[in-house]
Amino acid sequence: MRKTLLPTIIIVSSIILLVRLFYLQIIDDTLKIKSENNAIKIKYDFPERGYIYDRNGKLLVANQPSYDIMVVPSEVKNIDTLEFCRILQITKDEFLKKIEKAKVYSPRLPSLFLAQLNKEEFAAFQEKIRKYNGFYIQKRSLREYQTKHGANVFGFITQVNDAIIAKNPYYKSGDLIGRQGVEEAYEEILRGVKGVKYILKDKHNREIGSYKEGKFDTIAQQGSDVTLSIDGDLQKYGEELMVNKRGGIVAIEPSTGEILALVTAPSYDPALLVGRQRSKNYTRLYNDSIAKPLFDRGLLGEFPPGSPFKILTGLVGLQEGVIDTETSFICRHGFSYGRGSFMKCHCPGGVIKLHFGIYESCNSYFANTYKRTIEKYKKPKDGVNAWANHLKSFGLGNFMGYDLPPGRKGHIPTSKFYEHFYPNGGWRSTTIISNSIGQGEVSMTPIQLANMMAIIANKGYYYTPHIIKKIKGRKIDSKYTTKHVTTIERRHFEPVINGLFDVYNMGTAAGLRVEGLEICGKTGTAENFAKINGKRVKLQDHSEFVAFAPRKNPKIAIAVIVENGYWGNRWAGPIATLMIEKYLNKKITRKDLEKRMLEGNLNFEYRKLYTSKDSLHKPKLTKEDSIRMKIKSKKEIEEDKKKAKLAKDSLKKKAA
Amino acid sequence: MKNQSVSSSIDWITILLYIILVIFGWMTIYSVTVPADQEYTFDFSQNYGRQLMFMIITIPIIFTILFVDSKIFERFSLVFYIVGILLLLGLFAFGVTKKGQTNWYQFGGFGFQPSEFVKTAVALLMAKYLSDAQVNLAKRNFQYIAFAIIGLPVLLILMQPDAGSAMIFLSLIFVLYREGLPGWYLWTGAISIATFLLALIVKPVFLISFVAVFMVIHYILNTKISRNPLVYLIIFISISSFAFSVSYVYDKVLEPHQKDRINVLLGDDVDMKKEGYNLNQSMIAIGSGGLLGKGYLEGTQTKGGFVPEQHTDYIFTTVGEEWGFVGNLLVMSLFVCLFIRILYLAERQKTRFSRVYGYCVATYLFTHFFVNIAMLIRLFPTIGVPLPFFSYGGSSLWAFTIMLFIFIKLDANKVNEW
Repeated sequence: MRKTLLPTIIIVSSIILLVRLFYLQIIDDTLKIKSENNAIKIKYDFPERGYIYDRNGKLLVANQPSYDIMVVPSEVKNIDTLEFCRILQITKDEFLKKIEKAKVYSPRLPSLFLAQLNKEEFAAFQEKIRKYNGFYIQKRSLREYQTKHGANVFGFITQVNDAIIAKNPYYKSGDLIGRQGVEEAYEEILRGVKGVKYILKDKHNREIGSYKEGKFDTIAQQGSDVTLSIDGDLQKYGEELMVNKRGGIVAIEPSTGEILALVTAPSYDPALLVGRQRSKNYTRLYNDSIAKPLFDRGLLGEFPPGSPFKILTGLVGLQEGVIDTETSFICRHGFSYGRGSFMKCHCPGGVIKLHFGIYESCNSYFANTYKRTIEKYKKPKDGVNAWANHLKSFGLGNFMGYDLPPGRKGHIPTSKFYEHFYPNGGWRSTTIISNSIGQGEVSMTPIQLANMMAIIANKGYYYTPHIIKKIKGRKIDSKYTTKHVTTIERRHFEPVINGLFDVYNMGTAAGLRVEGLEICGKTGTAENFAKINGKRVKLQDHSEFVAFAPRKNPKIAIAVIVENGYWGNRWAGPIATLMIEKYLNKKITRKDLEKRMLEGNLNFEYRKLYTSKDSLHKPKLTKEDSIRMKIKSKKEIEEDKKKAKLAKDSLKKKAA
Repeated sequence: MKNQSVSSSIDWITILLYIILVIFGWMTIYSVTVPADQEYTFDFSQNYGRQLMFMIITIPIIFTILFVDSKIFERFSLVFYIVGILLLLGLFAFGVTKKGQTNWYQFGGFGFQPSEFVKTAVALLMAKYLSDAQVNLAKRNFQYIAFAIIGLPVLLILMQPDAGSAMIFLSLIFVLYREGLPGWYLWTGAISIATFLLALIVKPVFLISFVAVFMVIHYILNTKISRNPLVYLIIFISISSFAFSVSYVYDKVLEPHQKDRINVLLGDDVDMKKEGYNLNQSMIAIGSGGLLGKGYLEGTQTKGGFVPEQHTDYIFTTVGEEWGFVGNLLVMSLFVCLFIRILYLAERQKTRFSRVYGYCVATYLFTHFFVNIAMLIRLFPTIGVPLPFFSYGGSSLWAFTIMLFIFIKLDANKVNEW
């Protein structure tokens, strides 16, 4: 007993120590995490974001340096708060709030304290930074825009929010991310990959070298430059034409599906959303719920397509074999589709064939065509579905899959929709006759309209519209080089194109001709309504115009919508043809028209939406508004009518 | 010829264990004290360089011990003891105060801690005293003298005050037990410590009720020893009063920093940035080592200097961090082998002097080892004792070397003892 006690104690107590060590070193993980918090600091190296060029190689978006102040709350101590706040021009309350917010995120990890200082602010702060324990500077690059246009195309850069951090582990508090437009769509390409450095620090938080000789460190990968299919000049011109109007322009190159211009109005200078003023400006833009400058009307605006939709009704009719180019209907200034139900028509009337129907935009003709299409099938259900299937092959009623934030689907009703709407049945072709002329239940976005024109220009196929032209060092997604063929046979397009050419030549848009350019287009006037004080009120019609040009070997397909712009050739038509002229000829011959469009102002129309009920019918005109009104309403329109008449006469003579 | 006899009769296993531990210890000190940006360089002004010098100086010390006549240690044991006591007394006049403890002499750049050497002196005198065939530790008179030999330096060291070193001396009770001290001393000590700790954890009332129940059951089941109720009552009363006095002492007598140490051990609401900092950082360093450790010179906690005093009392945390559980197991196995080897050799000795001395050496080393490591992992209150052969410091290294090699010399000489 006396001999063995000490050896026993030695062995037993050593085993106790080992068990305890085993627990601490192998079972308990909390100590390892504490150790990393203690000794390892993660530093990020943010690569420069890729540049953005237009299709002609013109630089649109570059970078400028900016400096963020980061804070590690647990390390903040003994700082002169007053001086600190004075240098950064913040109040003490803001200071405390920001520290508190950072603490909530993590007391030991760096959080963003103040974002995007400019060079002068940075210089003032840098002198003193040694005195401020727990704060350090993180250099980043900010966008620098070489243009004042295209804000909706580019999108903007913003700090990641908590939802993104939770979803994507790449992003950490204070990181920047592209939102909307190209910046969002090509975020990963433009952003590159940030470099990570693990740095050992000692108990005084001094850096004492790299962790494991940098075994886990990664080098930042530069973001790639991208070239957009946008034509910078055309985009700029489009935005200028849309000043003081609301609406959208989408221009597409039919042979490739490349988006040449994507205009929304009102827009804003992209530089507003850069730097420390970003969040203030963003809030202001965001809160403008009337003009909605952040709302990309080209992608998000769903409008009843109106007359341009008649082209599709015609094409479907041809494909279904219910009409041919010689089929004629009689128009008695309208179409009667039931007791007391009459659809008015503004065309000259008489016996009407497809060609005339298109260029005079005859409601009766297309109502008849639509009726026949639906009634070709025994059940209206099958008819509607057959019709909808044709339209869906045009990319309607669905997201188009373009490389911008997805926008809206638009709507093409199917039998399901009507069965839900009329659960007891009883609906037939005439119930839904409004669809024939692009009213009723159909709706389209401007980009769908533009794509529709691209399909017609291509005679039956299209490439998914896209804004990317080239990415440095890699190919663009193959889905943008894949041909989509519609259900309409190629031969049916020829007569329709002829009709569209005469719209411009001698039809509803005859006043818009450009010397030497053969434009195929279609005007549109879309009814629209709003609820004001609980009442459904008919508002001023939207002005629409769709077109492609030149007639042979088309280079541009375009859709223009001007909200509350009265009728098609009043605003949208001139703007569309100016755009085409600009793009194809690089210069404008119709200077007067151009001037009128540039200076045109529809703000008084928009004011109706939010002024009192009585003023709806008597819009109060401001001084500048009224001047423009007179110029437009009398002289120009008279002239347009004369021109149209002359053209018609000459055509009739030729035919005779 | 004498040379050969020494080299053939000394215990090479012990020496090998010693060398491995010292070298491994130095590597660890290097890892702790080399600045992060100067790895793979050498600088004698750094602590690792100085430690290497201390190690080189041990070589003449070892040779001196191995070649002097082993009789010297027995004959002059009282002289060594008196010198030691004088050195301890001298501290009150000439000592240097570090962290509130006056336990150093300072000669130029070198520090010298006499209590380290007094351990050997006490062991020698104890061995000398017990080697007298007349001495029987079962008897009171002899016990008192043995206690006095230990008690005198303990008293002086407690006055420095250096509770850690003083405690090491108390561990000699195991040696006295081996040499015949009645077992109830150990039991009393063990029960006192247990009661002390339990009294701090649970309320004395519960502790006493538990003891009472235990004793009743023991009384009923006990058939061997005389069942004198009075003995039970006395034991019960002493335990109860001890338990209550612990509470009282803790609340009224202990200094705040002493309370902190106990609180840290018990894990009672401790501020990990103040009184709990050392222990917290020590556990983080060890715990973050995992199974295989972070690799030599790769310890993030070590490089960052988060553990205070890491090259002295907290040296083992670096082993834990850089070599992991496997490294700990290895180092601890080496130590345990050394202890067991010394005890084995001690039992083999022909003279009681050598045996008692060997026992003292093993006890000292083990107590240092246990207390040092146990305090790093919250099994023992924080008491500053060095880890033998590992902790930085000339005094400590030389003292342990001298202590160990005197035994190796005695062991080598056992043949000549006849």
